[in-house]
Amino acid sequence: MTEFGLRLAISLTQIAAVMGIVVITVLILTLAERKVLGWMQDRMGPMEVGPYGILQPFADAIKLFFKEDIIPAGANKFLFTVAPILCLIPAFIGFAVIPWGPNQTFEINGITVRPFVISDINIGILYILAFASLGAYGIILGGWASNSKYSLLGGLRSAAQIISYELNIGLSIVGVLILSGSLSLVKITDAQAGGFWNWYLFALPAPQIFAFVVYVISSVAETNRVPFDLPEAESELVAGFFTEYSGLRFAFFFLAEYANMVLVSCVAAALFLGGWNAPYPGTIMTLIGLPSLAWVENIMWFAVKTYSFLFLFFWLRATLPRLRYDQLMRFGWKVMLPIALGNIVVTSLAVFFYQQMK
Amino acid sequence: MSQLFFGYFAGMIALTSMLVVALRNPVYSALSLLVMFFHVAGLFITLHAEFLAAVQIIVYAGAILVLYLFVVMILNVKQDDRYHSQWRIAGFVCVPLLIESIVLLSGGAGATDPGSRSLQSEPHDAITTDNTLAIGKILFSTYLFPFEVASLVLLVAMIGAIVLAKRDIGGNDT
Repeated sequence: MTEFGLRLAISLTQIAAVMGIVVITVLILTLAERKVLGWMQDRMGPMEVGPYGILQPFADAIKLFFKEDIIPAGANKFLFTVAPILCLIPAFIGFAVIPWGPNQTFEINGITVRPFVISDINIGILYILAFASLGAYGIILGGWASNSKYSLLGGLRSAAQIISYELNIGLSIVGVLILSGSLSLVKITDAQAGGFWNWYLFALPAPQIFAFVVYVISSVAETNRVPFDLPEAESELVAGFFTEYSGLRFAFFFLAEYANMVLVSCVAAALFLGGWNAPYPGTIMTLIGLPSLAWVENIMWFAVKTYSFLFLFFWLRATLPRLRYDQLMRFGWKVMLPIALGNIVVTSLAVFFYQQMK
Repeated sequence: MSQLFFGYFAGMIALTSMLVVALRNPVYSALSLLVMFFHVAGLFITLHAEFLAAVQIIVYAGAILVLYLFVVMILNVKQDDRYHSQWRIAGFVCVPLLIESIVLLSGGAGATDPGSRSLQSEPHDAITTDNTLAIGKILFSTYLFPFEVASLVLLVAMIGAIVLAKRDIGGNDT
């Protein structure tokens, strides 16, 4: 029983650490987004709170925390309360299978611990997709329960959009799965070790460049970000599905959106960009003679990849105007879907002939 | 332990599927259907069929039920009570199922030995070999023909739906 207790304690510590890191990342992102947008538009961004505005996220958090929590008249109270939670849980739960660092183990009292992944399950990427698709429920129900036309329209738009683009995400990663022959994110990342030419973005026999482009565009659409933020289009729908939300419930939606951004960035890094592998074979730490500290370098590379992907989100937001709704649907079904399907055919043919030649 | 999990999942599936037809608000019905899909996925996991569990959630909960909810929300403008008092039928279907599961569970106590033996021998295959790999291999070798026929049937249904919907739009235009 003590062994079970220790195992539980280790798991809970890991979960707490990952949740903490994600929440801190979200805090950094809210500031970074406003700063980056400001710089791109030749402004300063937030400057008032703390030196250079770095305490802005805390000010925002305190403001949201102390705001009055309003439930609009005629709203469905139960669903109005549940919807933000339904949105937040799927956004956080996916991090359980993300490998943050090298696949090494150590032992505490005879229990094998994998410090850099909470759980290595053999359907890792499907698990993430399954829970990502559930995030739509929070948005739809929040929009419906608010008893407001703007919210309802936002929720319905989001439902159609998420279904359309989720399909493209699922199909775009099939190429990677064919190359790696596994659904476990740990195994997929391990298979990309030894230099950037082994990352599935560039790897022979079938570089997944097109799949990566489809994945990036679809994940922007899936997280409701500009230029695909029709569910919350300010000029048409006030604020879309969370028009009626205030205070902490609004903060939940906000947190869920940013956590989803972090999650799709982590998945992109793990599937296409080699995860925690450095773009050169081995690590510098091993060359210096500190192989026990190699994990620091690996985690740093993972962070660099994830953050540059997140920067892309801000960049797109500062650059592109919003799509019209029919353009969004036509683009998803008539452009992205054929590219993703074609990529699957080409990849499987390439892998087949490559194995024949061996 | 596994009996306990099975009891929980089976009970919840019976209860929530009864609620799907019994609740007055169609949105709540859709939500209890969502809970039911989750517990069916849970049953798959207790059987070491993780791939099926994930696909169950992705396809049914993630796509099909969202579409249902979509339709329900658009149609929900006026409350229609005609089809709502279905407690009796729901009870008629679900109570036997519940009783059956209870009987099976309590009967399982007598038949524990063969049951646990088969449980012990089966996971040997299921855990060591990759579950997803096994499904893929069987689907594309033994059951290749039924699999392709099923996809053809779905394609026909899809084309039929598109033709029906299109004719309606064309009729309005001309």
